[in-house]
Amino acid sequence: MQLALFIIFGALALGGALNLLYQRHPIHSALSLVVVMMSLAVLYWSLGAEFLAAAQVIVYSGAIMVLFIFVIMLLNAGEEHRTNGSRAAYAVGIPGAAAIFCLLSFVFLSERSALMTSNIGGDLSNAADNIADVSAMLFTRQLLPFEVTSILILVAILGAVVLARKEQ
Amino acid sequence: MVPTAYYLILAAMLFSIGIAAFLIKRNVITIFISIELMLNAVNLTFVAFAHMWHQVAGQIFVFFVMVVAAAEAAVGLAIIISIFRSRQTLNVDEIDLMKL
Repeated sequence: MQLALFIIFGALALGGALNLLYQRHPIHSALSLVVVMMSLAVLYWSLGAEFLAAAQVIVYSGAIMVLFIFVIMLLNAGEEHRTNGSRAAYAVGIPGAAAIFCLLSFVFLSERSALMTSNIGGDLSNAADNIADVSAMLFTRQLLPFEVTSILILVAILGAVVLARKEQ
Repeated sequence: MVPTAYYLILAAMLFSIGIAAFLIKRNVITIFISIELMLNAVNLTFVAFAHMWHQVAGQIFVFFVMVVAAAEAAVGLAIIISIFRSRQTLNVDEIDLMKL
């Protein structure tokens, strides 16, 4: 069951990411990223993070991607053109990314015996469910960082309003 | 039963594709989208490790990453709008005011 979920939604996430790389129009890239985020939400759920799966769907694919698509529509962004810079980026980008992937997967596969296998659903602690676990941690030990992030959000709102305002 | 290493390798694949898209794409908005892809790949490793060690702290960290990503998206898109207003382009090769 978990292997089937992993293969189906892992392949979907990978296909969405490759489509993001392949498409030239920004709106197609944005919609492929929505596919990646939705399949990652299913993988989070299968790893026992129900709260994060819901937050991923609501915050990432619901709010952030709508903001992206809104800006793409607002600026009427067209297809991108190939330039000298993009040819140089192809020469550097593909081998660089492949090298980073080879390094990471070599480390993960060589440490494979130390990394255990995972079963479907959450078995994090003795709490009744994942949300109780997360909220207990968030509102007791992590209360100060939680409050600081609310200030961060406030500053980000003010900054966005100031930056996007029309020049006088 | 899925080895945790498989989740980590999937996350590494997504992260490498994000790096390649970041370097190859010439549109500011698409570059920003590939940054979001890299953040998501890192979140997947956090959730996989949280599951492996039976600790909820990794999930809390992912929550904070999501909050920071939302703030970053709001500010970044506002910067992109103001760049487009002043230069009428979204191509990074033409936004070269700080280049020598």
